[in-house]
Amino acid sequence: MMQAIPLKARDFKSDVKPIWCPGCGHFSVLNAITKAMAALGIDKDDTVLVSGIGCSSRLPAYVDSYGFHGVHGRGLAIAQGLKVARPDLTVLALGGDGDGFSIGGNHFIHACRRNVNMTYIAMDNEVYGMTKGQASPTTPMDWDHSKLTPHGPGVRPFKPAALALASGAPWIGRGYSGNPNQIAKLIAEAVEFPGFSFLHVMSQCITFCPEQTDWKAVVSEMDGPPLADADAAAKQFLHEDGFQTGLLYREERPTWPPVGETAVDETALASLAASFSV
Amino acid sequence: MSEHHLSIAITGAGGAGVISCGELLLQAWAREGGRGLLRKAYGPQIRGGESAALLKLTDSERYTAAGHYDVVVALDWDNFSRFEDEIGLKPESWVLCDEGQELPAAVAAAKPHLVHLPFAELAAACHPQGRINMLALGVLGRLLGLPTASMVELALQKLANKPEAYRDAATACIEHGAAREPACRLPVPALGAAGSWYLSGNQAAGLGALESGIRFVAAYPITPASDVLEWMAGGLEQVGGQLLQAEDELAAINMTIGAAFGGVPAFTATSGPGLALMTESIGLAIASETPVTIFNVMRGGPSTGIPTKSEQSDLNIALYGLHGDAPHLVLAPLDIADCVFTTGWAVQLAQRLQTPAIVLSDQFIGQSTAIVSEPRRCEPFPPEPAVEAEATDAGGGEYLRYRLTDDGVSGVAYPGDRNRRFTADGLEHSEKGTPSARQSDHQAQLAKRQNKLTDFNYGDDWAAVSGEGQVGLVSFGSSSAAVAEAAERLAQQGVSTRVVSLRLLAPLQSAALAAALEGCSLAVVIEQNHSRQLFHYLRGQMDFQQPLHSYAMAGPVPLAPENIAQAVVEVMES
Repeated sequence: MMQAIPLKARDFKSDVKPIWCPGCGHFSVLNAITKAMAALGIDKDDTVLVSGIGCSSRLPAYVDSYGFHGVHGRGLAIAQGLKVARPDLTVLALGGDGDGFSIGGNHFIHACRRNVNMTYIAMDNEVYGMTKGQASPTTPMDWDHSKLTPHGPGVRPFKPAALALASGAPWIGRGYSGNPNQIAKLIAEAVEFPGFSFLHVMSQCITFCPEQTDWKAVVSEMDGPPLADADAAAKQFLHEDGFQTGLLYREERPTWPPVGETAVDETALASLAASFSV
Repeated sequence: MSEHHLSIAITGAGGAGVISCGELLLQAWAREGGRGLLRKAYGPQIRGGESAALLKLTDSERYTAAGHYDVVVALDWDNFSRFEDEIGLKPESWVLCDEGQELPAAVAAAKPHLVHLPFAELAAACHPQGRINMLALGVLGRLLGLPTASMVELALQKLANKPEAYRDAATACIEHGAAREPACRLPVPALGAAGSWYLSGNQAAGLGALESGIRFVAAYPITPASDVLEWMAGGLEQVGGQLLQAEDELAAINMTIGAAFGGVPAFTATSGPGLALMTESIGLAIASETPVTIFNVMRGGPSTGIPTKSEQSDLNIALYGLHGDAPHLVLAPLDIADCVFTTGWAVQLAQRLQTPAIVLSDQFIGQSTAIVSEPRRCEPFPPEPAVEAEATDAGGGEYLRYRLTDDGVSGVAYPGDRNRRFTADGLEHSEKGTPSARQSDHQAQLAKRQNKLTDFNYGDDWAAVSGEGQVGLVSFGSSSAAVAEAAERLAQQGVSTRVVSLRLLAPLQSAALAAALEGCSLAVVIEQNHSRQLFHYLRGQMDFQQPLHSYAMAGPVPLAPENIAQAVVEVMES
């Protein structure tokens, strides 16, 4: 019998040409996703990429799987509805920092808390790129390149890993667009993790934040195994510089919905109707 | 009071159990083959406020709210003023109350017959744990001629999980109340109907949804829609489906879109404020051609408005609340029993036409309980057409999710289907689904999404039409019963009408509506809101062969048939 030839990363790319600027960090994430899919040997037909709105949220169309490009901030909600309804599918949600931490912030908190078995990749470039360069929730306080906030946002950027931890995310990783191989490895681990895995990727915006090329000099890789102690992780996530990459935190806890036998009674509908009969 | 119905209001402080008393009375009435409606009125308090059980026992299934009450049982008069507008009294009404309390001015002014009953004292004498609501149940049951054993049995079922002393006390109080000489003698509507169901509109909607295949619900609590969701939580566990409690309505609508994209028929229920939050993503469901059903139980608006009471004022947002050119389905159940059919129909239409359906119920039919004949069901539609064969083979043709077809409906694939991968998109797209800002794609997809709705054959269920008179009465949803009763009153005055109760609001079946009104010399549009939303919609959508008039009355008090009839007469005389 002929053996199926394993698919390569490029086999997972669609024929739609990305709208991203040359040098955009998101290309690295796209490559990493296709590489991880090839490494995992997962079936294109059984995989769904779901996103919101923004530069990074365009990604599902660039992958040859099923996809859903939704509205701004709601990708996580679509993805959870899909995964709960169709637990047989591999579901990845992805989007940017504005999409996930600003307009979609409430969904982020509750997705971490709910722990549906899926992966969320936040591609964080600290800026709203699609609307031409406004400050986002992760933009540094003194970043004064936007006409909307000419003196800088003046508000402390928030810390996605700390928020994810506080909200109950059981798997927290961080990658950097300058190191796509590491991102691919992290995505593969995230997909295989039984629960909600949150991968925060620092994905540079070459157009509106060219200074982010300096990230290369400061990123580091975490030594040793991921933290499993929430107290230690909280201390780290609140005080770190945010440039440490790798699998940062991991604990196992029950996913939602609880896995159980759904014994479907063929007569259940008739019984429900009969319950109204006097 | 007429020989056709008997109306009873039971009022009291929250916790006095007036709703339980009303439910048990109606259930016992149902067992004897009676017909009737129980409306529940609550004050704004969560617990401990006042409440009222408003019963209308009838000999037909046309359930309108009672205009005045034949019997009022006041377990106490605390905060009765909150219900004054809804509990009208006449000199021939009977009021049963404790002697010790002062009558509210409005009650005294109506000069009803007064019967003094020391409820608390009698209940305490029956049993140390005796409760006044059970005593009132016995008294009212006697008045209606209901078997005492039946009332006791129903009460014991309800109290099955309570301590034995409670059950003993209930039995003693019901039996004592029923043994007393009747407080008054009133003609009672005919009994003997067979095959009764006892349910609320919200339960009926849940049943219709599950029977039409809903297996995923995303839920965010809101009054007065929460009980649809709560009933479905239990129902889905039995039929095998998932209910996800969302963090907000924005999540709820998107979760249903996600599930429906996965091929699992999906549903959410909400009320005005929640519908407002959902509108952006309802547009996403339209653009991505994802079927979802949004069941909206209307309450007084705008803003928080009057959460516990009814109004038909979400018609505008349901029709026009979306940005862009966004054709979708809007339906409205005509009464409690029809919530089964219309919800089931909405679900199946949404699935077939791959678009969202908004169903406009309201607090009146949603939270009222009625005794009805077994409700009509929506027959299952024939299976969906298969995806075109040429698109199924890898490399042997391309799968076009948004293929332009004659009827506008494209073959749908779901994740997991082999070799039909696509990305659904809220961005305008090509037939394949690739984002496109080209005029040709935009025009083609807009027309496709419109045509699939307008070209579909909805059959005869777009409205309920009755009568052959020359005065057209057009309404939608839960106004239908009040309009039908108004038509009956008008007939008694020699005015022959034609009643059109719209069930399908969008797409409006203009040709069918015009045909239904053919020969009418005038038509009156009747609705329960302030700004004449249906009237303006109809005028904007089509030309009428006859002058069109409006009777619009805001909630929260249900539309009164006598006021509708009077308004129609005034229009005719003007």
